[in-house]
Amino acid sequence: MSAGKTFLSWPVLRQVTGSDRLGRGAAAKSGEDWTARTRTADKVVQSVCPYCAVGCGQKVYAKDGKVIQIEGDPDSPISRGRLCPKGSASEQLVNSPTRQTTVLYRRPHSTEWEHLDLDTATDMIADRVVESRRRTWQDTDEQGRILRRTLGFAHLGGATLDNEENYLIKKLFTALGAIQIENQARI
Amino acid sequence: MAECHPVGFQWVMEAKRKGARIIHIDPRFTRTSAVADQHVALRAGSDIVFLGGIIRYILEQEKYFREYVVAYTNAATLVRDDFRDTDELDGLFSGYDPETGTYDPASWAYKGVEEYAAAGNARKPSADQSAHTDRAAGDTHGAAGAVGHGHSQTTRDETLQDPRCVLQVLKRHFARYTPEMVEQVCGVSPQDFLSVCEAVTANSGRDLTTAWVYSVGWTQHAVGVQYIRSAAIIQLLLGNMGRPGGGIMALRGHASIQGSTDIPTLFNILPGYLPMPSVDDHPDMTAYLKTVTSDTQKGYWTHAGAYTASLLKSWWGKTATSDNDYCFSYLPKISGDHGTYNTVTRMLDDQVEGYFIMGENPAVGSAHGRMQRLGMSHLKWLVVRDFQLIESATWWKDGPEVRSGELKTEDIDTEVFFLPAASHVEKDGTFTQTQRMLQWHHKAVDPPQDARSELHFMWHLGNKIRARLAESTDDRDRPLLDLTWDYGQDGTDEPSADKVLREINGWQVKPDGTPGPLLSSYTQMKDDGSTAGGCWIYTGVYADGVNQSARRKPGSQQSWVAPEWGWAWPSNRRILYNRASADPQGRPWSERKAYVWWDEEAGSWTGHDVPDFPADRAPDFRPEPGTAGPEGIAGDDPFIMQSDGKGWLFAPTGLLDGPLPAHYEPQESPIRNPLYSQQSNPTRQVLKRKDNLSNPSADAPGAQDFPYVFTTYRLTEHHTAGGMSRWLPYLSELQPQFFCEVSPALAAERGLVNGDWATIVTARSAVEARVLVTDRIRPLTVNGRTVHQVGLPYHWGQGGKGAVVEGDSANDLIGLTLDPNVHIQEAKAATCDIRPGRRPADHQVRGMVEDYISRAGITVETGNTLHEKGDQS
Ligand code: SF4
Repeated sequence: MSAGKTFLSWPVLRQVTGSDRLGRGAAAKSGEDWTARTRTADKVVQSVCPYCAVGCGQKVYAKDGKVIQIEGDPDSPISRGRLCPKGSASEQLVNSPTRQTTVLYRRPHSTEWEHLDLDTATDMIADRVVESRRRTWQDTDEQGRILRRTLGFAHLGGATLDNEENYLIKKLFTALGAIQIENQARI
Repeated sequence: MAECHPVGFQWVMEAKRKGARIIHIDPRFTRTSAVADQHVALRAGSDIVFLGGIIRYILEQEKYFREYVVAYTNAATLVRDDFRDTDELDGLFSGYDPETGTYDPASWAYKGVEEYAAAGNARKPSADQSAHTDRAAGDTHGAAGAVGHGHSQTTRDETLQDPRCVLQVLKRHFARYTPEMVEQVCGVSPQDFLSVCEAVTANSGRDLTTAWVYSVGWTQHAVGVQYIRSAAIIQLLLGNMGRPGGGIMALRGHASIQGSTDIPTLFNILPGYLPMPSVDDHPDMTAYLKTVTSDTQKGYWTHAGAYTASLLKSWWGKTATSDNDYCFSYLPKISGDHGTYNTVTRMLDDQVEGYFIMGENPAVGSAHGRMQRLGMSHLKWLVVRDFQLIESATWWKDGPEVRSGELKTEDIDTEVFFLPAASHVEKDGTFTQTQRMLQWHHKAVDPPQDARSELHFMWHLGNKIRARLAESTDDRDRPLLDLTWDYGQDGTDEPSADKVLREINGWQVKPDGTPGPLLSSYTQMKDDGSTAGGCWIYTGVYADGVNQSARRKPGSQQSWVAPEWGWAWPSNRRILYNRASADPQGRPWSERKAYVWWDEEAGSWTGHDVPDFPADRAPDFRPEPGTAGPEGIAGDDPFIMQSDGKGWLFAPTGLLDGPLPAHYEPQESPIRNPLYSQQSNPTRQVLKRKDNLSNPSADAPGAQDFPYVFTTYRLTEHHTAGGMSRWLPYLSELQPQFFCEVSPALAAERGLVNGDWATIVTARSAVEARVLVTDRIRPLTVNGRTVHQVGLPYHWGQGGKGAVVEGDSANDLIGLTLDPNVHIQEAKAATCDIRPGRRPADHQVRGMVEDYISRAGITVETGNTLHEKGDQS
C-alpha cells in the first residue's frame, strides 16, 4: 500500500497538526486583489454532473480551451446549485495529471505498453472485429433456424455514457450481428 | 440516499421540514439514518419478509385505499381456478418443473382468458427443452412484460369477496408474513416493525401519500425483481402510485444508467424496451409482434408494430420496406441468456475472442472479480476506453492473479488496446437521470490529445468496418452495409450528437425516403414505413424541431413541477400514470394532492403535469367490452401501458419466478427459510462451476466456517469501481482505504481491533480491510440466534496505474448466482468469515481460500439445489 506514505502529507492532517488548526488563518484567506476564476473565464456552458443519476446541474467555466472551474448550477430545479463531493471534484476528473490522453497498445506476451496513433489503433480494432466476426459467425442453429449472429465478441459499457453514444453502440454492433452487448445497468 | 445521492436528499430534508416522517430501512446506519425519524436495521436479504409483513398488515387491518384499489388495480380480477400458491405448495407456485427449475406460468393467468393462452402466452417447457431455453422466454418479453392475451375483457368481482379475486389471493399469500415472522427472519422487533406499518398507512390516502425510495442494491438479489414488486404492491394498495409525493423512486447510481436501459446496451432489448428477437419465438416480424402485444389487450403496447417499424426504418432507411418487413430479418437472434456474466463464463471457456469495455471497470466493479480478470486473460483482444489506466486495462501487468504468480504476463496472449476517452465537458450529448429526465450537456472544450468521445470512436469504427466490407456480396454483411450511418458534421471528422438525437426522436419519411419533419409524439408513429424513430419513448425530445432536453429555464421561474427544465420521457411527463392522481370521476383526490384532473368544460385532462392519459377520454367513458388498444382504455384505467389498464398487485404474466413475491433465503444464508421448506428461489440461475463455489448455508455441514452475513455498499466520496474517483486526490483523501464495518460485539467475538486489519473470506476469495468497529452495525437476533453482519464498501481495486489509493476489492468475495428474470447477480447478501490480521501474501491467498473450501467440504453442488422437498410437497 502506498497510501500510508501519502497519508501523512494530506492537508487535513497537516492542518490539525500545524499552527492553524481551525483553518481560518492566512492560508485560508483570499488576498484583497484576488479574483474568482469564474470571472476571468472566456466561456461558460451548462452541463450535468457525470457521476450519479440525480443529474445535478453544472456550470463549466473554460479559459483558453481549458476547463478552469466547475460549479453547481443554481438554475437547476433538481440541484439548486448544489454539488456533492463527487460533483464538486469533477474539475479534477477533467484536468487530472494522471489522465491517459494517448493510445496505448500491449502486444501478446509483452510486459509493457507501447504507443500507437489513434487512427492506426482504430484500424487494427476494425480488423480484429471483422476477423473475429468471420471466424465465429453463426448463420443458423442446429435445427436450421436463422441466427445471423456472432458470439465472438462482446461489449460492456459504463452507464455514464451519453444516450447518443449508446445508440451508436447498439446500432453498429447489432448490425454486425453481435449479441453480447451489455451495460452496467445489469450489474 | 444521503450517502449515495446527497443532492437529491435535500428534497427529503425539505419534506421533513414540512413535517414528513423519514424512515430508513437498511442493514447499516448511514448519513440517512442520522437524520431519519426511525432507523430500522434488518438482516441483508430479508426484505421481502419485511415488505410482505407490511402488505399483510394493510390487508388484515383493512388499511388499503379501497376506492383506488377497486378502480385502479387488478385487486378485483379473478385468477384461474387451478392457480396454486406458495402457502399450499410449501414455497412453490403451481407449474413448477423440478427437472428444469422453471415454471409453466399458464395457471397464473386471469380467469376466463384460457382460450387465449394457446396463442403464445403460456410457455410450457417440453421435455427436451432445457432450462436455458425456457429462460430465454423471459428475455423475449421486452418491457411489456408479456402479452396480455384477453386482458381487454377480464372477470372482476368489485366486492372483492370472491376467493379467486386477486385481493383474496393476496390475503392468503401474505397471511404467514406476521410481525413474529418479521422478527424471526429480519431481526426487527414487532414494535419497530409495527411503527413502520402505522406510519406508512397513516400517511397514505386522499390527503397524504407515502413515497418509497430504493437504491439499486435492492435489485441485486436472486429475487431482486420481486423486491421491487413487493414495494409496488404496497404502493398500489395504499393508492400511492401516479400521485405527487408517492411512487417508488429507483435511485440509480450512474449519470445515464436510466438512459442505458432506455437506449440499451443490453442483450435482450432494443431501444424503447422492445425485445430482441429470439430464435425460438420470432422467425419473422409477425411472430415477433404477437409476443410483444396482442389484439385482445388494452393500451399503447398494441402499437408496438409502429414502434418496431419506425426503429427499423431509422436503422435501415430506404432498404427497409413493407415488402421485406422493414429488414426485420437483419436483426440477429438471441437464444437464451447472453448477459455479461454468461459472457464471462464463455470467455473462460475460450468461446469469446474480443471484448470492448467502455467506461466500465469489471475487474473491480462486477461480481466475482477473479472470474472477470481470468476471463479477460482468455481473450484474443481487448479494447478499453476510459480516462485513466483502470484495473480492467492493466490486469495483465499487475492484477491480483499476476501478483500471486497464478498468471504470468509473458504467457498471456491477449492483445490490449487502451483508448483515452473524452469527458462530459468535452462533448455534447444527453444523460437521462433517475427520473427519466434527459438533460443535454454542452461541450466546453476539446478533449486532450487522442482522447475522443464514444460517439467519435463508434462512428469511425463503423466507417472503417464498412469500408473493409464495402465490396462484400455476402448476405451477412447487408445489415452493416445498408445501415444508415451519416453522422458527420459538415466538413469535419466529428460526428454530431445532435444528428443522433434527431434520429432517436424520429421523423416523417418523405416519399423519396429522406427525412421529413421531426415527430413530436410517439402517437404519430406508423407501422407503414412512413415514420422513422430510433427510440419511441424518446420521441418528443425534439418536439417542434427544438432540442427539448437542452431547455434550461431556471427552476425559480417556473412551477414546482418545472416542466421546462430538460425533457422527461414519455411526452415530458414528470409522474407516470398520473391519471391516478384523480379519483375515478376525474376529480383530485384532495385539494392538497391535486396534480392532474378532468376539466369537464374543456372536455380534456389538465393539471400541473402533462396528463399521462388520452387527453379527451372522459372519466365515465366505457369501451365496448373487449375493445383492444388505446381505444380500449376506460376512463378509469390509469395504467395505460398495462394490458388491462390496471396496476398489477398480482402479475398474471411476465415473470419467471412467480406472480407474487415470496421470501426465499439468499444463496448463502445463516438460517433455514422459516416460511417454506423451499430454501432459495427455486428458479434462480445457478452457475455450477469449480471457479464459482458457494458457501454452505444454515445447518449444512461447513456453514459454521462462514458464520457471518456481509453486504456491500457505496460511500459518498467514491463512485462504484473507482475509475472516476480513486484517481482524484480530493476524493481519495476523504476516503483513502478499504474498510470493514463491524459491531463491537463481533469485534470482541473475533478479536478485531479498530484501525487494525481484518481478513474477510468466502469460497471465492480472501480480502483485507481496515477494521472500523462501530455501533452503526448492530448484531441481530435472527431465528433465535445472534447474526453478525459485516459491511464492506466496494470501491477499491488492485493494480491500475496512477490511482491515488488502492486496496482489495470487495466484489472479489461475491459469487455468481443470478435472478432468473434479469440475470443480475446476488451481490447484497452472502456469508463470510472474518478474522483479525492481514491476509496472506499474494501468492498464498489461494491457499487460504482452498483451505476453507476443503474444510467446509464445498463442491460445485454446494448450495445449488434448486428444489428443496419439504414435508408438504
Ligand atoms: S453532484 Fe453528487 S448528487 Fe449530484 S449528480 Fe453528481 S454525484 Fe450525484
